[in-house]
Amino acid sequence: MTDLTKLTLAEARDGLKAKKFSATELTKAFVTAIDKGNGALNAYVLPTPDHALAQAKDSDARLAKGEARPLEGLPLGHKDLFCTKGIRTTACSKILDDFKPPYESTVGQNLWDAGAVMLGKLNNDEFAMGSSNETSAFGPVINPWRRTRDGKPDNAKLVPGGSSGGSSAAVAADLCLAATATDTGGSIRQPAALTGTVGIKPTYGRCSRWGIVAFASSLDQAGPIAKTTRDAAIMLRHMASFDQKDSTSVDTPVPDYEAALTQGVKGLRIGVPKEYRVDGMSKEAEESWQKGIAWLKAAGATIHDISLPHTKYALPAYYIVAPAECSSNLARYDGVRYGLRVAGKDLIDTYENTRAAGFGKEVKRRVLIGTYVLSAGYYDAYYLKAQKVRTLIKRDFDLAWDKVDCILTPTTPNPAFGFGEKSGDPLAMYLEDIFTVTVNMAGLPGISVPAGLSSEGTPMGLQLIGKPFDEATLFRAAQAIEDAAGRVTVKDHWWA
Amino acid sequence: MHVDEKTVRRIARLARIKVTDEEARGLEKELSGILDWVEQLNEVDVDGVEPMTSTVAMTLRERDDRVTDGEKAADVTLNAPMSEDDFYVVPKVVE
Repeated sequence: MTDLTKLTLAEARDGLKAKKFSATELTKAFVTAIDKGNGALNAYVLPTPDHALAQAKDSDARLAKGEARPLEGLPLGHKDLFCTKGIRTTACSKILDDFKPPYESTVGQNLWDAGAVMLGKLNNDEFAMGSSNETSAFGPVINPWRRTRDGKPDNAKLVPGGSSGGSSAAVAADLCLAATATDTGGSIRQPAALTGTVGIKPTYGRCSRWGIVAFASSLDQAGPIAKTTRDAAIMLRHMASFDQKDSTSVDTPVPDYEAALTQGVKGLRIGVPKEYRVDGMSKEAEESWQKGIAWLKAAGATIHDISLPHTKYALPAYYIVAPAECSSNLARYDGVRYGLRVAGKDLIDTYENTRAAGFGKEVKRRVLIGTYVLSAGYYDAYYLKAQKVRTLIKRDFDLAWDKVDCILTPTTPNPAFGFGEKSGDPLAMYLEDIFTVTVNMAGLPGISVPAGLSSEGTPMGLQLIGKPFDEATLFRAAQAIEDAAGRVTVKDHWWA
Repeated sequence: MHVDEKTVRRIARLARIKVTDEEARGLEKELSGILDWVEQLNEVDVDGVEPMTSTVAMTLRERDDRVTDGEKAADVTLNAPMSEDDFYVVPKVVE
């Protein structure tokens, strides 16, 4: 039998329906691959093989009865930011300790109700704060991709991007068919770009935030990381839903994104914003951007120069809004209701000891920045100002939609980097999100799709940005790029 | 904007995070660097611009004012580091 872990989600779905293999066989193949490979990659912080095999058994019973649900028997990885009923959820922070939620996130429940199998909880930057997965309390995830230098292999470890680094690495290394992820400033798209996978952050309000550990509530959205555009389309359809339990969830129908893939891009108007040509962008990012323009043009789309003048202010505004919201959200970790407690001489001392021991360096930095910008006398100068800039960023996009249907940019300024290359300098790390963060600030959908390899032999990603709730057009354009660029997969499975 | 060590300690106190002397010195530099960098927002003219409250135009939904959930004290205190008879246990607050 062929290696089942190498199948795409769509191929595995069709294989199960055609009874070429069982859900149990498929799940066992992944359980074995995780057993062998996770030690080297650290993508999973908690594999759940028994849970997965029990779900697979149930799926096989339904498949046998002809009662298969849309994702019946398909094994997925689940980011540890999603609460899982009775299964440890940590957001990869020490402060949540051995937290076992008494409830399931809505996105997770939607997937299990559609028949999917959970292989385990995936690593991420602590509370999703980071762009390299180096801030996780469980240690970093290793990118399955390696560089070549002057045509020779270079075994230096590369980061898988972040914060959804466990999701991107697990998908790229065939340790799951697809994975859940979350994106506050680029945490789905940037890791997807660095691992040759497809990642989409849908429109704010498309997926319920209920049961997702909160970071910055006005920016957080869930979405999938997958092997192909088709797989991402299948995943998003079954993650998204209107949910009474999230007051920002939008009551609008979720289309069949997979069906939209066949529509092509003929006549589609693609915008190319000049402000995304920034200092410090690699030659490779520029080249893959030009290739993307040529591919879309060849597929029948028209290309239009556009201007998004407030682009450069998105990142500094983000580093006011996101820390402000995180300092409020993370106030709940007090050592009283759940998670870690480090006793002190009185209650305040207990709070201070608990939070000093429980939060990592980057999380503390952001909580303190957020506390500062929200403190008396500074609120107007920082938070209010940033929210006004945010209005201008969104207005830039609103004006662009008069001329174009979607916008093409690089996903990241550079291909995957090595460990420690940026972790010593918070600002250098923050610049990783320079092309992705605008999308969160404006609440828009954005997808990253592979666009071939860099001169170092590592993946490059292109980002498409769409109108609110028009994810379908993003999938069509991403499919055109994927058709032209071809899928990129890791040749040397050195971790197995 | 320069943040001095005294300010770092004041913010850390507000955020209920204990910091060591060494951490406070490091944070003084890091926080000042980040706040300097966001100063570039001063270039943007925001006169007459409304601050964003929601990216999607929507009104907050209302629901009937009735109890729909509850009676699960055991679930609520399940993960508490210390609890007794469905109460959280904390160090003595009132003398």
